[in-house]
Amino acid sequence: MVLKVFFPSCCSSADSGLLIGRWIPEQNSAIILAVVHFPFIPFQVKQYLSEVQKVSQIETVVLGTWCNNKQEKEESLGKFLDDLSTIFSHEPWLQISKEKGSKFWNCHTLSRQAGTPKEDQIILIYYDQRKTMLSRLHPPETSLDNQPGVITAPDASKLAAVFDTVARNEVLFLTDRYDEGPIKLSHWQSEGVEASIIVELAKQASVPVCMLLTCLLSLVSGLCRSRILKFWPLSFIWSKLSTCEQVGYRLEHLRFVFSNQKAENHTQFMRKANIFVSLLLDMALGIMLLSWLYRKNRIGQLAEALIPVADHVARELQDLLQWLMGVPAGLKMNRALDQVLGRFFLYHIHLWISYIHLLSPFIEMILWYVGLSACLGLTVVLSILSDIIALLTFHIYCFYVYGARLYCLKIYGLSSLWRLFRGKKWNVLRQRVDSCSYDLDQLFIGTLLFTILLFLLPTTALYYLVFTLLRLLVVFVQGLIHLLVDLIDSLPFYSIGLRLCRSYRLAAGVKFRVLEQEVGRPLRLLMQVIPEQITLAFNLWL
Amino acid sequence: MEEPRNFSDIDGGHLALQRRCYSPSCREFCLSCPRLSLRSLTAATCSVWLAAYGLFALCQNSMVLSAAIFITLLGLLGYLHFVKIDQETLLIIGSLGIQMTSSYASGKESTTFIEMGKVKDVVINEAIYMQKVIYYLCILLKDPVEPQGVSQVVPVFQSAKPRLDCLIEVYRSCQEILAHQEVTSASS
Repeated sequence: MVLKVFFPSCCSSADSGLLIGRWIPEQNSAIILAVVHFPFIPFQVKQYLSEVQKVSQIETVVLGTWCNNKQEKEESLGKFLDDLSTIFSHEPWLQISKEKGSKFWNCHTLSRQAGTPKEDQIILIYYDQRKTMLSRLHPPETSLDNQPGVITAPDASKLAAVFDTVARNEVLFLTDRYDEGPIKLSHWQSEGVEASIIVELAKQASVPVCMLLTCLLSLVSGLCRSRILKFWPLSFIWSKLSTCEQVGYRLEHLRFVFSNQKAENHTQFMRKANIFVSLLLDMALGIMLLSWLYRKNRIGQLAEALIPVADHVARELQDLLQWLMGVPAGLKMNRALDQVLGRFFLYHIHLWISYIHLLSPFIEMILWYVGLSACLGLTVVLSILSDIIALLTFHIYCFYVYGARLYCLKIYGLSSLWRLFRGKKWNVLRQRVDSCSYDLDQLFIGTLLFTILLFLLPTTALYYLVFTLLRLLVVFVQGLIHLLVDLIDSLPFYSIGLRLCRSYRLAAGVKFRVLEQEVGRPLRLLMQVIPEQITLAFNLWL
Repeated sequence: MEEPRNFSDIDGGHLALQRRCYSPSCREFCLSCPRLSLRSLTAATCSVWLAAYGLFALCQNSMVLSAAIFITLLGLLGYLHFVKIDQETLLIIGSLGIQMTSSYASGKESTTFIEMGKVKDVVINEAIYMQKVIYYLCILLKDPVEPQGVSQVVPVFQSAKPRLDCLIEVYRSCQEILAHQEVTSASS
C-alpha cells in the first residue's frame, strides 16, 4: 500500500521533535501540521491536542517523530524516539529523519499490528503551508449533493481534504516556539504570529458601525416605500427616471453589505466583498468629480453652455423640418400633407424653446444642487446625466411618438382597405380573414380611400423614418451611459484585485513537481497551488 | 534517465519521446513537438510586409509601415505565448493522480491535474479528423452518479498528436501503473 505523507516545507529545517497532524485512513495519507519540540511532557501534549481538536473538529494526533541530525548521528536520541512510539500509540508510526548535508530523507513506518509486515511505499509531498491555508480550492464538482455543509468522506476529493484540514487548524497556528508555554511548536508562523493592528481595530469597530448603518438604511428605505410616493403620477415618474432605479439598487447593495449576518459560504463572501469595493470605488470617483466640478465655477460655465446647446439643437431640428418640407433627398412629397405636418412640428419646437428659455434663470441653481449628489457616487451622477439628456430631448421623443402613431394608423388603414380591395374582411370573432360581399358604394369609397392613403404613404413613412433615427440616436447615447453605470456596478473589482495581488487565494488546482530522486529513498514531490485564470474569476463571481 | 526516442506525428513532423521512471509507481512521459520553422516564419513576415508596402504605395502614409511592424511583432509574441506548444508532459503518480503539462514556446506552462479517484481508465481511441483516421490517447473519468458510466473523456497530447507506435508505448506504461494501483487498492 502506498503511504502519502504531506510535509510542510517550512518544517524542513526545524529541530527534532514529534510530528502532529491528521491521519486519513481511507486515503492512507498523513497530513503533518506542525512539529512539537523537546522538552515536553507527554500528558500536556495530549491535553493540548484535545483542546485543538475541540475547536477545529479535526482529529489531530501525534503521527510520529522527526529527527533532524545537525551533528553526527546520536544513538541515544534514536532510542529515545523509539520509546516515544509506545507512549503515543498511533498506527502506523512514522519516523522521518534527515542527515546533515544530505538532501534525501529517510522515512520508515512502524506497524504494531499483528499480520504481515508489509514494506510500504512512501511518497513524501512537500506543501507550502501558508498558501495552502489561505487558498481555497474551488473544484465545482464538490457541490454535487445539495445538502449544505455535508461532504461525505469518500465523495470529497482527496486534495480538498488536505486543504480543508490545513485551513481549519488555524488555532494550532497561533502557538509557536517562542511562546512561553509547555508546548513549543514549529509551523509556518514560527517566526511570530502575523497580525495587524489596523485589521484588529477594524474588526472591533465593524459590529457597532454595521448596526448603526443597518438602522439608518432601514429608515431610509422605509421612507422611500411610504404610501405618499405611490400615487399615480409620482409612481409613473419614479419608474421612468433611471436615477431612482440606480439609487434604489445601491440602497439594496448597502443593506446587503452591512447586514448583521455573516456570509454563509465563500460565494456570498466574495459577492459582499465585490459589492463593497465597487461602492468604495464609486464614492471615490464621485467625490473626485465633485471636487473637480465645484472648482473655478465650472457649474456656472456648464449652466451657461446648456441653453445655447438646446437652442442649437432646436435650430438644427427646424432646418431638418424645412428640408423635409421641401424636396428631401430628391423625393417628391405631397405638398399639403407635408406643409401640415411640418408646421405642426415647427410649432412644437417653438413651444419647447420658449419653455427652456423660461427655465433659464433657475438652471444654474438646479445644477448646483444636483451636482451635490455626486457624493453618493459616480453612478448616480451618470444616471442623472442620462435623465437630463432624456428631459432635454423630450421634444424628439414627442415627435417620434407622433410620427409612429400616424404611420401605425396609416398602415392599419391600408391593410384593412387592401382586404376590402380583394373582397375579404377580418373576422374578429374567429381571428382570421374571411371573404365578404360588399355593396357597390362601399367598394367605391373603400377603393378611393385606399388610393389616397397609398399615395400619402411616402410622406408619412419619411417623417417616421427621420424621427425614429433621431430617437435611436438619443437612445444610443443613453444606452452608452447606462452601460458605463452597469460596468461600475457589477465588475468584480475585489476578485480582480485578489487575482492580481494575492493570486494564491483563488486556487484553481494543484501542480506536482518531482524533485531529485535517489534509489531506495521515498519519492519526493512538491505540491504547488495554481492560481485561477482571470477569465474564470470573471465567470464565477459575476 | 532514458534516451529520447524518435517518433513522428500525424503530419509527419518529428517528435521526441523521453520516458523517466522515478519509482515503481511514478512515471513521466515528455513529448517534444517540432520547433517553429524558419521557413514559415519568413513566409508570414514577408507576406505581411509586402501587403504593407502595397498599401503604402497606394496611400503614401508611412504609418502603415510602422503599423505592419507592430502587428508582426505582436503577432509573433502572441503566437509564441498562446499558440505554439513546445513540449507536452504526462506524469502518472500511482495513488495520487495524473498530471498533464503543456509548455509554450515563451516559457508559459499550463497544468491540469486529475486525481486518481476520478480516473476510470486510460485508453487509445480512434477519431475521424478531416480526411484522416487518427488515434489518440485519452483518460476516462468516472461518473459520480452512475458507477459504470463515463462522465468525461480527456484527450492527452492534443498538440503533439503522436502516431500509434508512440501511443502504444505510453499506453503500456500507464496500464502497468494503473493495474499495480488497482491491485494494491483491492488488497487494502
